[in-house]
Amino acid sequence: MAEDFKVIVFTLAHEEYGIEVDKVRTIERMSPVTRVPKTPAFVKGVINLRGVVVPVIDLRSRFGLPESDETENSRIIIVAANDLEVGFIVDSANDVIDLNTDNVENPPEVVGGIKAKYLSGVAKFGEDRLLILLNLSEVLNRTEIIQLEQFGA
Amino acid sequence: MEMNQYLSIFIDEANEHLQSLNENMLRLEQQPEDISIVQVIFRSAHTLKGMSASMGFEDLASLTHEMENVLDLVRNDKLKMNGQIFDTLFKCLDALENMVQDVVAGGTGSADVTELVSQLKQIVKGEPVAVASAGKAAAADAPSELELVATHLLLDQYQLSVLRQSIENGSPAFHVDVTIREDCLLKGVRAYMVFDALERNGEIIKSHPTVQEIEQEQFGHQFSVYYISRIPQQELQDTLDKISELETVKVIPLDLESLSELDGSRSAEQQIQEAVQQAAAASATAEKSPAKTDKPAAAEPPARAPTTAPVANKTIRVDIERLDSLMNLFSELLIDRVRLEQLASEVRRNDLTETVEHMARVSSDLQNIVLKLRMVPVDSVFNRFPRMVRDLAKSLGKKLDLVITGAETELDRTVIDEIGDPLVHLIRNSVDHGVETIEGRLEAGKPETGVVNLRAFHSGNHVFIEIEDDGRGINQPKVLDIAIKKGIVSPEEAKKLSDDEINMLLFAPGFSTADKISDISGRGVGLDVVRSKIESLGGVVSVTSKAGQGSKWSIQLPLTLSIITAMLVKLGSEKFAVPLTSIVETGVVRRSEIRDLHGSKVMEYRKSIIPVLSLAAVLDSPDYSDEGETETEMLVIRKGEKLAAVLVDELIGQSEIVLKTLGKYLTNLDVISGATILGDGQVALIVDPNALIK
Repeated sequence: MAEDFKVIVFTLAHEEYGIEVDKVRTIERMSPVTRVPKTPAFVKGVINLRGVVVPVIDLRSRFGLPESDETENSRIIIVAANDLEVGFIVDSANDVIDLNTDNVENPPEVVGGIKAKYLSGVAKFGEDRLLILLNLSEVLNRTEIIQLEQFGA
Repeated sequence: MEMNQYLSIFIDEANEHLQSLNENMLRLEQQPEDISIVQVIFRSAHTLKGMSASMGFEDLASLTHEMENVLDLVRNDKLKMNGQIFDTLFKCLDALENMVQDVVAGGTGSADVTELVSQLKQIVKGEPVAVASAGKAAAADAPSELELVATHLLLDQYQLSVLRQSIENGSPAFHVDVTIREDCLLKGVRAYMVFDALERNGEIIKSHPTVQEIEQEQFGHQFSVYYISRIPQQELQDTLDKISELETVKVIPLDLESLSELDGSRSAEQQIQEAVQQAAAASATAEKSPAKTDKPAAAEPPARAPTTAPVANKTIRVDIERLDSLMNLFSELLIDRVRLEQLASEVRRNDLTETVEHMARVSSDLQNIVLKLRMVPVDSVFNRFPRMVRDLAKSLGKKLDLVITGAETELDRTVIDEIGDPLVHLIRNSVDHGVETIEGRLEAGKPETGVVNLRAFHSGNHVFIEIEDDGRGINQPKVLDIAIKKGIVSPEEAKKLSDDEINMLLFAPGFSTADKISDISGRGVGLDVVRSKIESLGGVVSVTSKAGQGSKWSIQLPLTLSIITAMLVKLGSEKFAVPLTSIVETGVVRRSEIRDLHGSKVMEYRKSIIPVLSLAAVLDSPDYSDEGETETEMLVIRKGEKLAAVLVDELIGQSEIVLKTLGKYLTNLDVISGATILGDGQVALIVDPNALIK
């Protein structure tokens, strides 16, 4: 069954990624992040999102990509999944597109250095553009953080 | 179900009415003559009945209906309250409560109430003529008339027929007449012993004055009972003679003839005199009693009256979640206010500054109101205790007064919801272990009625709740003994402990001093749970005690959980908040004063050696380290008895902060207990001082 759905397009290290629009709360410009000690390196800290304290993750370091300095284009995408509300720092977020499930293929083993388990598929759109769809529940999987914490301790 | 929308209203109101029934019944038990209390009880029962019936809870309605019948008689002076009626009514309240709980849990609120209903019916039918007209009898002057009145006074048709039947069945019936010696100090106890002896060997049909009055010592030195015995006259006489401090014990056998005489109103002269005497004595002491009964009992009801006076406020019910979101929105407003103030000071336009200042004033008023909205009087927790203490005391055979003061003191709703269980535990503890048995108290030269004081009051940013009893106090040698036996302290450590430290051992996990485990307290799981609960609310619990004079348990609680006072500190570019409750002192320490001791840093503080921690090291501060400093600012923090110095870069100052959680994604951060948003919109993390001291 072919189904249409909307995704938010963002970039990380010159690759284009997508998150289903219904998982995204808002997209924010960069705001001061308060560091939280004793957390994995990819947890950048917490921000004040209109009175609510929200943790933010640097998606680059979450996926093991080299970190980069924030730019004018950097954005924080606030997503809600698994009962959690978390912000992702991305290089830029600039588009919303319509996709059809027919265009989505299973992800290859490794895409741009990101493990396949964090991906739900690869979609072709426009003229030869590839969009990598994130598997949010895996990205936000807490057991992995707990393992990291134990490893660090 | 279209009724659903009314169900929550019904539950709330039913609980309120049950509470008021409970409270007023207790008051009535203290002052059985006060008909105005009966009126209040009657009205509550009546409303409850109406509500239950309209909601279709038949059993609730039928039970309240029967209670109402009994109360109606009392209110119209046709029935006098006595111990049995009180007990039955209290049982009914329990049953009602269970039914309402069932409704809360989604049940149908049905229960088997036939037994209680029939008991109530018996009360209504059984003693309708046993009127409290003792005074009337005394007032009548002609003995010939008295004859009629007196005998009818003493026994009604129902009781006569019971006596008659038992004689016909061959069990002897007696009229027992007891006079207590004039110099007896505790006539209530002696009377109780007589009743106890009688009840062990038979059944009391009627006593005059009523058991209730005798228990409260509202009688002269004489009382009489009609009694069906299982033992012969001589044995009964012997049993009663063994009780000391009795002047005379007359056991007069009743036979069918004397009964019919009684019935026929031609009683022996002696009995008339008795009746007159008793009546006179009863009415005389009843009048005098408020002035001269035992001190605590008499002094207490007036003291309690003002606190239990119903507060007839106009209120609406609001979902606590709405209050939470109001609170959240308000804290956003606060942050914007600070931002505006900053901008206004940069722009320097008079009218803007004025407007912003006005807004600041309005918003601080608003803050007070928003905070107040979440406050609930502790009364909503305290109100269940009088009943609990009464029942406990009865089951333990102790005499107890619970004196509540400061029930109007307000606490945050969240605290109120959590504080109930620890308090129940501490009060049970006081009643069970603290206050001695009647005999024990008499031996120790104390009044036989123990007093448990339950106090709540404000002090600074805290609310204190104290539970004080005048019991035997904490047996410190025994506490030490058990603590050593259970391996909580070593014998060497034990020698160094101060009195207060020994008392605190009671809060250690797995500690119980009770010789025998009762169902009331003493399972040894209690006090450490109490402590951890109170500490989780940001409070502190402590106990002081004087052997033989009682103990005082003191709980210190923060006024509110959502806004706390904190010390803001700086570590390089980062700001952190430390709750003020655990800060003992702030100061400056020179690097040279910090010494190394077995690899850990310590310093001297008020003649004791305390560990020194570097907050920058604990929190992995990226741009500050106190290694290079010659002089460092520090906080002295406390956890229980332990102190520690925490080195920081700079103290910013005290501030009221709004507590926020870090969300579910970041948990298990033991050093960080939460976050707050500062005036500039930045997030500052709150350091948990308890996690710093290991």
